[in-house]
Amino acid sequence: MERNQQLRRQLASMRQSLFDQGHLDEQFILLEELQDDANPNFVEEVVTLHYRDSARLITTIERALEKSPLDFNKLDGYMHQFKGSSTSIGAKKVKAESTQFREYCEAGNGEGCLKTFQLLKRDYATLRRKLEAYFQLARQAGPNEIACRPK
Amino acid sequence: MSTASSSVTVSDQFPAGLRVLVVDDDPTCLRILEKMLGTCLYEVTKCNRAEIALDMLRTNKNGYDIVISDVHMPDMDGFKLLEQVGLEMDLPVIMMSADDSKQVVMKGVTHGACDYLIKPVRIEALKNIWQHVVRKRKNEWKDLEQSGSVEEGDRQPKPSEEADYSSSANEGNWRTSKRRKDEEEEIEERDDTSTLKKPRVVWSVELHQQFVSAVNQLGIDKAVPKKILELMNVPGLTRENVASHLQKYRLYLRRLSGVSPHQGNSFISSHSQEPPYGSLSSLSGLDFQTLAATGQIPAQSLATLQAAGLARSAAKPGLPMPLVDQRNIFSFDNQKLRFGEGQPQHMSSGKQMNLLHGIPTTMDSKQLVNLHHSAQSLGSLNMQASAHGNPSGQSSPLLMQMAQPQSRGQILTETSGGQVPRLPTSVGHPILSNGAAGAMLAINGIGENSRGTGYNSVSQTSSVLNFPLNHSAELPGNSFPLGSTPGISAGMSTLTTKGGFQEEINSDIKGSGGFMPSYDIFNDLQQHKPHNWELQNVGFAFDASQHSNSLQASVDVTPSVLVNQGYSSSQRNVQNSNVSAMGKPIFSVGEGSEHGIALNVGQHLNSLLVDNSTRVKSERVTDTSCQPTLLPQHFGQEDLMSAILKQQQDGLGPAENDFEFDGYSLDNIPV
Repeated sequence: MERNQQLRRQLASMRQSLFDQGHLDEQFILLEELQDDANPNFVEEVVTLHYRDSARLITTIERALEKSPLDFNKLDGYMHQFKGSSTSIGAKKVKAESTQFREYCEAGNGEGCLKTFQLLKRDYATLRRKLEAYFQLARQAGPNEIACRPK
Repeated sequence: MSTASSSVTVSDQFPAGLRVLVVDDDPTCLRILEKMLGTCLYEVTKCNRAEIALDMLRTNKNGYDIVISDVHMPDMDGFKLLEQVGLEMDLPVIMMSADDSKQVVMKGVTHGACDYLIKPVRIEALKNIWQHVVRKRKNEWKDLEQSGSVEEGDRQPKPSEEADYSSSANEGNWRTSKRRKDEEEEIEERDDTSTLKKPRVVWSVELHQQFVSAVNQLGIDKAVPKKILELMNVPGLTRENVASHLQKYRLYLRRLSGVSPHQGNSFISSHSQEPPYGSLSSLSGLDFQTLAATGQIPAQSLATLQAAGLARSAAKPGLPMPLVDQRNIFSFDNQKLRFGEGQPQHMSSGKQMNLLHGIPTTMDSKQLVNLHHSAQSLGSLNMQASAHGNPSGQSSPLLMQMAQPQSRGQILTETSGGQVPRLPTSVGHPILSNGAAGAMLAINGIGENSRGTGYNSVSQTSSVLNFPLNHSAELPGNSFPLGSTPGISAGMSTLTTKGGFQEEINSDIKGSGGFMPSYDIFNDLQQHKPHNWELQNVGFAFDASQHSNSLQASVDVTPSVLVNQGYSSSQRNVQNSNVSAMGKPIFSVGEGSEHGIALNVGQHLNSLLVDNSTRVKSERVTDTSCQPTLLPQHFGQEDLMSAILKQQQDGLGPAENDFEFDGYSLDNIPV
């Protein structure tokens, strides 16, 4: 009990910091709201789907960025997909960087694209790591713990 | 139209259960949407490939109410999917994208998306998507009403077009008519004929009468489907139904006036040539009027027939009326046809001779008999008409028409001989021309066989004539001047149009010997000489009025004709009696047509014939012991019709029911 409560507190704190640090936005909360008894791990399920899909895109974009000259149209297309997926889980920072990347694509700014992409990859990795830890803890704390919908 | 609104009525649970197909290549989004839509209590199907989505939509035509699709997809552009869905299935499509730029949103609009959602999609946005479904259905109803008669016209000639029609993009409403499930269920769309997928409106006598009176009220020249529809105020009847019936009617009128029928143009006007037809003019399509003209059939009945005929096409599944009318029509025929009988029995028989297409034919044998009778009467009427040259005023007009055209002589004179009992074939011929022509034809066809007289031509035409339900025989020996003229030919051809139907009939008819197993008889008629049928007049109504055509087109007629044909063969046996049986199928058409039902009958027949995939087995005299003279035989028409109807109802299966008609379900006769 004690332990559990502690876990829950920890969980809540983790969650909150994700928001506070700007990694997650309210879309994540909406996902949490969709979670119910029928789908108790819905959020984790969706996040997992996202990372599987987005990892593939990241690799594709990376390869595209190695090409010369850069095919901005293609890059833009890939990024568009990536952005959509990230938006769905509420990955705030990553989403912002995706938008930036696309703007550079439009402008034909290869340099800008490359730089932005690096930032994006970093934030993407960070969020992924944090979420994974979060879900792990949530599983430990028990199904009810995930959601305290603060705000 | 009230129907429109009613069609959009949603169940209490709505929008719960709304069937949504969501297409997105992003699995994350897809999963989220699925969950959200599920929370909205929708029935969700997800798909990550546009091509697969299209397949799913095509396979399960009516399986979805709305589609939500992402814009950017690797295998197909979302807008392309949007277009396809709009064209093929005419479902509402919502586009979504993370891209909210104005151009993209605009593109969605121009491509016909009913909404555009920006990702991430909120559940609140999804909660209201049902409005697009409702709105679309409502609009489609309106579209249906407003769709011009042009379409009708297009459909006239080919029964199969109806199905095509429904498949065309703008037919979407037909497709989506699934929305009007209630109606559809009522109508019990039968796919007896592959061509007829839509629920057919059965233009019963009553309905036709309503139609006619509406047309008269408006004035032939001013009668537009929309107004007619309004005047008629028949729930479930669509503007299109009316339009197609109107077209037939016009042809019918034209035919009556001896003008070569060309699609609906002069229809009423040309029709107006025949003064006596005044009322006839109103006969829509169905040559009921003609039948009525014969005096025997109360114009009303004819109208009913016509109406029924029209209704047939128009009557949406939900129309019970047409059904009923149909019966009337048929019964009407019976009554009317009685040449001497003159009883105004007209179609009010009330039985639903749904012989007329699609609508679940409720024709029971009685109806058929009625038809039969009607047909007979018609025949007799014709005879009279011809004989007198002017049967009692009103009804006469029809007959007159027939008689007039008949002057060609053959028509009635030959058969009619006053043989009333004989199946109005002789009589029917002339009369049939009017509307009954169709029926008459059938009758004639039948009569022909039996008679041998005038019919000879009929025999050939018989195939065509079969239409005259075999009233076998009674068909005024006139061999129906069906051919009378191009009209008939047209009518005949229409029958042929039924093509499919014909084939069936033909096959069945084979027995008939004389029959041209294929509806081609009609063609033959036209070609060779109308004399065969002498249907000249026959155009009988068939041709003359669009109705007849419609009948024909609906193949209904043809079936009848064919039926007759086939019937004829059986006729041979039974000749008259058999005719009934045989004629039945045809007769159903013919019977009805006798009065005017001829058309209907034809139609019914067609439907009967066609629908039931009844091959007009002429042999099957089915229940009615096929009295030779269709006229007297009540069963004739009714039975035939019933048989036919039953057949239809039973699907194409061999209509073993009364009529043993095979598969011609008149019902499906595209009106």
